[in-house]
Amino acid sequence: MMASSYSAKEEDGHHPGSAGLGDTAIRTRKPDNTAFKQQRLPAWQPILTAGTVLPAFFVIGLIFIPIGIGLYVTSNNIKEFEIDYTGTDMSSPCFNCSINHSWNNTTPCKCVLPFSLDQPFESNVFMYYGLSNFYQNHRRYVKSRDDSQLNGDEGSLKEPSKECEPYHTSEKKPIAPCGAIANSMFNDTLELYFIDPNGTRNQIPLTKKGIAWWTDKHVKFRNPGSNNPNLTAVFQDTAKPINWGKPVYELDTDLENNGFINEDFIVWMRTAALPTFRKLYRIIQKKNSMTPTLPRGNYTLEVTYIHFLNHLYSDYPVRSFDGRKRVILSTISWMGGKNPFLGIAYITVGLICFFLGVVLLFIHHKYGNRNNSSDIPN
Amino acid sequence: MQNLYRGRVGVTLHRAHAPVTSPALADVGRALLHRAGDTPSLSHSLLRNDVPSAFECQTEHDKNHKLCCTGEENWVDSRTVYIGHKEPPSGTEAYIPQRFPDNRIISSKLIIDTPTSPMTSGLPLFFVITVTAIKQGYEDWIRHKADNAINQCPVHAIQHGKVIRKQSQKLRTYYAVQDTKAFTTAEEFDTLHSTIECEQPQPDLYKYVGRINIYLDRDEPIARPLGSENLLLRGATLKNTEFIYAVAIYTGMESKMALNYQSKSQKRSAVEKSMNAYLIVYLCILISKALINTFLKYVWQADPNRDEPWYNQKTENERQRHVLIRAFTDFLAYMVLFNYIIPVSMYVTVEMQKFLGSYFIQWDDDMFDEEIGERPLVNTSDLNEELGQVEYVFTDKTGTLTENNMELKECCVDGHVYVPHAICNGQILPGAVGMDMDMIDSSPGVDGKEREELFFRALCLCHTVQVKEEETVDGIKRGIHQGKSTSSYISSSPDEVALVEGMQRLGFTYLRLKDSHMEILNREDEMERFELLEVLNFDSVRRRMSVIVRSNTGEYYMFCKGADSSIFPRVVSGKVEQVRARVEHNAVEGLRTLCVAYKKLSHVEYEDVCRLLNCAKLALQDRDKKLAEAYDVIEKDFILLGATAVEDRLQDKAADTIESLHKAGMKVWVLTGDKMETAAATCYASKLFHRSTQILELTTKRTEEQSLHDVLFDLSRTVLRQHGSMTRDTFSGLSGDCQDYGLIIDGATLSAILKPNQEGNRNGGNYKEIFLEICRNCSAVLCCRMAPLQKAQIVKMIKTSKEHPITLAIGDGANDVSMILEAHVGIGIMGKEGRQAARNSDYAITKFKHLKKMLLVHGHYYYIRIAELVQYFFYKNVCFIFPQFLYQFFCGFSQQPLYDTAYLTLYNISFTSLPILLYSLMEQHINMDILKRDPSLYRDIAKNSLLRWPTFIYWTFLGLFDATVFFFGAFFLFDNATFTSNGQMFGNWTFGTLVFTVLVFTVTLKLALDTHYWTWINHFVIWGSLLFYVIFSLLWGGIIWPFLNYQRMYYVFMQMLSSGPAWLSIILLIIVSLLPDVLKKVFCRAMWPTTTEKIQNADKLYKGHLSEFTPLSSLHAPPARKHNRRGEESQNPAHRRSDSSRPKKMMYAYWGGRRDYRTFSSFLRIGENPRFSGAAYAYTAPGPETSV
Repeated sequence: MMASSYSAKEEDGHHPGSAGLGDTAIRTRKPDNTAFKQQRLPAWQPILTAGTVLPAFFVIGLIFIPIGIGLYVTSNNIKEFEIDYTGTDMSSPCFNCSINHSWNNTTPCKCVLPFSLDQPFESNVFMYYGLSNFYQNHRRYVKSRDDSQLNGDEGSLKEPSKECEPYHTSEKKPIAPCGAIANSMFNDTLELYFIDPNGTRNQIPLTKKGIAWWTDKHVKFRNPGSNNPNLTAVFQDTAKPINWGKPVYELDTDLENNGFINEDFIVWMRTAALPTFRKLYRIIQKKNSMTPTLPRGNYTLEVTYIHFLNHLYSDYPVRSFDGRKRVILSTISWMGGKNPFLGIAYITVGLICFFLGVVLLFIHHKYGNRNNSSDIPN
Repeated sequence: MQNLYRGRVGVTLHRAHAPVTSPALADVGRALLHRAGDTPSLSHSLLRNDVPSAFECQTEHDKNHKLCCTGEENWVDSRTVYIGHKEPPSGTEAYIPQRFPDNRIISSKLIIDTPTSPMTSGLPLFFVITVTAIKQGYEDWIRHKADNAINQCPVHAIQHGKVIRKQSQKLRTYYAVQDTKAFTTAEEFDTLHSTIECEQPQPDLYKYVGRINIYLDRDEPIARPLGSENLLLRGATLKNTEFIYAVAIYTGMESKMALNYQSKSQKRSAVEKSMNAYLIVYLCILISKALINTFLKYVWQADPNRDEPWYNQKTENERQRHVLIRAFTDFLAYMVLFNYIIPVSMYVTVEMQKFLGSYFIQWDDDMFDEEIGERPLVNTSDLNEELGQVEYVFTDKTGTLTENNMELKECCVDGHVYVPHAICNGQILPGAVGMDMDMIDSSPGVDGKEREELFFRALCLCHTVQVKEEETVDGIKRGIHQGKSTSSYISSSPDEVALVEGMQRLGFTYLRLKDSHMEILNREDEMERFELLEVLNFDSVRRRMSVIVRSNTGEYYMFCKGADSSIFPRVVSGKVEQVRARVEHNAVEGLRTLCVAYKKLSHVEYEDVCRLLNCAKLALQDRDKKLAEAYDVIEKDFILLGATAVEDRLQDKAADTIESLHKAGMKVWVLTGDKMETAAATCYASKLFHRSTQILELTTKRTEEQSLHDVLFDLSRTVLRQHGSMTRDTFSGLSGDCQDYGLIIDGATLSAILKPNQEGNRNGGNYKEIFLEICRNCSAVLCCRMAPLQKAQIVKMIKTSKEHPITLAIGDGANDVSMILEAHVGIGIMGKEGRQAARNSDYAITKFKHLKKMLLVHGHYYYIRIAELVQYFFYKNVCFIFPQFLYQFFCGFSQQPLYDTAYLTLYNISFTSLPILLYSLMEQHINMDILKRDPSLYRDIAKNSLLRWPTFIYWTFLGLFDATVFFFGAFFLFDNATFTSNGQMFGNWTFGTLVFTVLVFTVTLKLALDTHYWTWINHFVIWGSLLFYVIFSLLWGGIIWPFLNYQRMYYVFMQMLSSGPAWLSIILLIIVSLLPDVLKKVFCRAMWPTTTEKIQNADKLYKGHLSEFTPLSSLHAPPARKHNRRGEESQNPAHRRSDSSRPKKMMYAYWGGRRDYRTFSSFLRIGENPRFSGAAYAYTAPGPETSV
C-alpha cells in the first residue's frame, strides 16, 4: 500500500580493515564497520504520498461502508422496549409508591404498569433496569468496596478495608458486603406478565442465571468460609449493609446464588461507566422455535418495592437527584444491544474515506506529476 | 604508558598509588608555598580516601613540618555534594536512593487524597530519576575511569624537586631553571634549599607566574622566574626525558586542568530551550485544567443531592473539612490526576537519546582518520541536535582549513629569491614569475653572500625547535629529509620546523642545543656554535620572536623573526621595499610569510637587555605586561634580512566542505591571525569566496583613507541596495543568482568597531549594528589578523545579535579555545597543535572535511529525531490525559481516573516509550548519501523549524482531536453498554480500557506513520510494544493478584476482546484518529512540498539511477527529463540553482586532480568574471599573472 523499497545497502559484516594499516593499535580504534553502527541497516522506506495512500482510502471506504450498513441494519432489527416507572408523574401508577407509601404495614408497595408490544420479540429477551443521573462512577463511590472481602477473604470479612468508609461498620460489627456500592444495591423487584387476549395474566418466567460475568461469579466473587453451605454461620459476626432490608445471606434461597455470589449483587457491583446506565436484570429464555419469546400483545410490569431502611423514600429512591428508573426489554444480536452509533459511524467514516480517496485521486493527478517530474529543486 | 610516567615528584607522597595528580603532572610547588607561610589550607580534596594523611613536605629547612591533610573530612563531605556531577564515588548506586525519596515525596505526601495511588504517580518519577541517575552514573564512571588511569599511576616517593627539562606530547618545551639543572639525582636534591612563590591556582592553562628562591649559602637567595615553560600540567607526558624531578605546586582539584574542567560552562541546545517553553505551556494547561475542574466541581456540587447523594455519603471527616481546604485538596488531586500531561519521561528519553545517539558519531567510519587512527570524540552529547541548527560557522584557518603541514617554499634575501631544491618532489620550481627576481639559488655577489649566510644562520638560530634523535616517536613525527639524518625536528610551531628543515636543504643544518650552545652545520660542513643567551618567546600579540646569541667570535647578535607587520616598523635599514613586495606577492599566493631581521649588540647593550628582561621576568604581578614592555624596548632598530614563505596546504576536501556549508545556508567566517592577503588566497582556494563574490573590505588600509564611519556606511549601502532588490525579485531564500558578498575585516578595524565609545557617542553606538547588518548580508567573512580573544569576541557578537543565531566554532589550536568555548557548538580538531582545542570542545574531529558529515548528516538526523521526539511526547501525553479530563464531566468531577493504575503508570514507561526512543535513534527521513550530496536540505530544518510554535500547536491539536475521538467514540458506544451477545454489561473499567487500547494503538501507529526508515529494529519495537501491551493486559486481568486489594481489572480486557463491537470500534477509532494526520501529510506533500519531501519523492522514484556526479540535481533527474527543466525554470525561480550543476561538475573535475590552491589560481585565469570588477572596492582575486 505504501511505496516501499528496500535500500540495498551492504548488509553488514566487517570490511577487511583498510589495507594500509599496519598498526594494530590503529585498527583496534577503528570503529567496527557494522551496518548498525554505520546507520546503514537495510530498511523499508515508505513515504506517504497521495498516490500511495489513495488505495488505502478506497479500500477503507469500501470495507467500512458495508460493515456500517451491516451494523446499522443489525441494530435496527433489534427490538427494544423501554418503560419508565420512576413515578414522577401523578398519572403514573407508581406515583404513590414513590412518594408516600406508609411503611407501617408490612405489605410492600406494588405498582402495576400495563404496556403492549407491537411486534413480537423472537429470540431471547434481555430485561434490563436502567438508572439515570446515578453516579456509579463517582470516585468516592467506585472505590468504596473491598474486593478481598468479596473474594471470600475471612480477614477482610471481619475487618473491611478503610475504603468502605462510611459504610464500614454498623453497630460495631463489620458490614458485609461493605461500601457504598453494596449499600445502594438496586432492590426493586420486577415481574412481567403477559395478558392473554382472554384476559388471563401469565407470569413470564425470568431466568436470573447468567446475568453476571462468568468469571465474576466463579472467581472474583466468593463466599467466605470455603464453601460452607451454612452462610448464616459464616456471616455471623457481620452486619448487613445499612440500607438493606435483609442480610446478604438471604438474598436468595438458592445456595448457588446467595451471599456474595448472588448475580444481582455481582451485576450491581460492576460500576457503570456513565451516570446513565442500564444493568441486566433477567433473561427471558426462548421456549421453542415455534413461538416468539414475547409475542405481540399486552403485558403488565409489576414493580414490588422492598423496604429501604434508613430512608424516607419508599422505593429505590432516585427522585432526590432527578434520576429515572426504567425497564428495558431488548433482544440481542451478535453485536449486543441496540446501538445505531457504530453503524452510522462506520458508514460516515467509510464515506469520508471514499470521498477523500476521490480528492486524493484528483490531487495525485494534478500535483503528483509535478512532484515526480524533473523539477526537483536545486 | 606506564613508563612515560616514570617521573618523580618532589613532594612527599608516601603511598605509591595515590594522589589525584600523577607524578609528572602535579602542578608543582604547593608544599613549599605552604611552608613559606602565606598558606591557605593545603589541598583538601586532592587526596583520595585511601590516602593516608601523609602529604609530607620535607625541606631542608623544615624537615619535620608535616602538612596534614586537613581537608580529608571536607573531601568526604564534598563528595556527597558533587556526586552526580564531578567526582564519582566508587559505586553510583549508592546515591540513587538518596535522591529518590526526596523527589517522590512531592507527589505522595502532600496530597492526602490522591485519585491515583502514590505508587502510580511516584513510579514514573522514580523511573525517570533512576534512569537519569544511571546515565549520569555511567558517564561519571567513565570519567572516573579516566581519572583513575591517571590517579593510579605509581608515584615514586618523596624528595623534593627540581624541574628538569622535558617535553610533553604536545610538543611543548619545558625548561628547568638554570640553577637547578645541575641536580640530577635524588640525593643531590636533598641538598637543595629553595622556596617557590607563585600565584594561587587559576584556570588559565597557559599562564603561570612564579618565582623560585634558591638558597645556596644560607644568605641571600637567588631568585629565578618561573613561567608556564617551567610548569608541567597534570596529564602531561614526558617525551624526551626519562624522568624528572619536580615540585608539586597545585594538586588535585586545584591543578589547572581540574580548574579548567570545572569552569567549563554547560551549554544548552536550542531544542532544549523550546522544550522548556513547551513545558511551561503544558504546565499552564495542566494548572488551568485543574482549576477549571475544581471550579466546575463546586458549581456542580452546589446541589447537595449531587454533592452527597444518599447512595454515596461522605465520611464524617470529609464533611467537617473546611470548604477551602477541600477545594485545595481537590485542586491538588486534579493536578495529580492530570500530571501525566507533563512528560517527565521525555527528559529521560531525551537524555538517553542523546547519550546513545552520540555513539553514532563516534562509530562513524567515514569520520575515522586512518592517518592518526583517531575517531571523532563526543565530549558533550547534549548538543547533538544543535549540529543541525548551525547558522554561523567560525573556522580557524591554520590547521583547520589547512593541513598545518608546512613546507618552506622560498626565501627572499634582499629581494633575491631562493627556492630550496628538494621541495616538491625534487623538481625545481620556477621561483620567479615575471617580476624583478633574477635569480634562483645562485650567489648574489660578495656582499650579498654575507647577508645571505647571515639570513640562513638567523633562521637556524631564531627558533625553539627541538631535535629528536630517534627516528620514531609516538605522536607526530617530522622526519628530516630522507637520507641525511635520522633525527627530526619538533616544535610547537610547524612553521619553525618548516623553516629549519628548509634551511637544512639550503645547506645550513641545525644540529642541537647543547649546553646552551646551538650547533649549526654550515654549507662547508663546518660546525658553528652559538651560545644561546635569551629567547624572547613568540606570542600572538607581538607576533614575533627573538633570540640573542653570542657567536664564537664573541659578537652578540639579536635575531628576530615575525610577521611583516610587526617587523617592518622596527626595521631601520635593509631592502625593505623589495622584501615587502615579495612578501605581499607571496601572501597573495596564500603563503605564510615571515620576515627576518637582526641587529648586533654590544656587550653593554646586552647587559642592559638582560637586566631589563630579568626585572620583568621576576615580577609576580603583571608579569606579562612588564615583559611585553621590555620586549617592546628591546626589539627595535633591526636591519631587515629577508623574508620566508611557507606553504600550508589546504586540507583534503576543505573547499568542498565549505561549499557545502554555504549551500546549506550557513555563513562561514574564517578567523585567522594571518595576513590578509594570505588569508584571502586561502579563502579563494577553499571556495569561501567565489569568483563572483564581491569583496567588501574593512581593513586598516581603508580606514586610513576614509573614516571608519564612512566606510561602514558605504558598505552597508552597497549591501542593502542589493539586498533590497533581491527581496523584490525573488521570494525564495535561496541565494541562487543574487550577488554574493564577502567581507574582509582585520583585527584592528574590528576592535575599533567593537569599541563602545568611538569618535564620540553620536555614531559610535551603532557601528556594531551597522557592522552586523553588513555581516548578515555577506555569505562569507574573513577576519584576519585576529588575536585569540578577538575570535571569541566575534563569536559572542554574532551569538548575541538580535536573531540569536546558532554558532559553531571549529579550530585546532590553543588560540581557538576561547572561541570554541564561546560558540554554541565548539568543535576541536585533533590536529598538530595539540589537544587543547579538542579537549575544550564539545566534539572533536580529525579533519575539517568531517564537519560536512557531522553537520549535514548527523546534525540533520539528530535534529529531526529529537524534534519528533519532543513533539511526539507532548502529543502522546495530551492523548493520554485529555480523555481523563473529559471523563470528569461525566463522573461528577470526582477525579475518578479513567484508566487503571497499572495503565497510568506504565503508559509512558513501557507501552509507548521504546518505539519513540528507537525512532529517535534510527530515523533517517532521507538517505544519508543524499543529505551529504545536497546540502540545501539543511535549510529545511534551519531556525529550529520543526519546533516552532505552529508545529507545536498542530501537534497539540492533533492530540486533542485524537483524545476527543477516543473518548467520545467510547462514550457513544457505551450509550448502550450491551455489546456482547450474552447481554451482559460492561462497567467503567472496560470503558477506560477501551479508550486506553485505542490510545496505545493510535499513538504507536502515529509514530509508525512518521517513521521513514523501517529497520528490523523499528519493526521489532513498534509491533513488539503493541504486543507487549496486549500481553500485559491479558496477564494483568488474567488472574486475581494476591497482593492487590482491588481486582477491578479482573477479566476486563478479555471480556472486552470477546465483544465484536469493541473490536470494530477500536479499529474505527484508530483510523479516525490517524486520518487527519495522514491527510495533512499527504496534502502538504502534494500541494506545498518542502525540499525534503521532493527529494524523498524523487529518491523513491529514481532509486538506482544515482549518477556519479556530485551535484544533486543531476542525481535525481533522469537524463531524459532534463529538457523540461529549462522550461519550468521561468515559473519557479527557486529552482534555478539546479542549473548550476554543469559548471560545478567542471570545477569538480578540476579540483579532483590536484587539490591545492595553485590549481585554483590557474583556474581563476580561465574563468575571469567580468562582474567582479564592477563594484566599488572589489577585491581583485589572485591575478592570473601570479599563479604557478
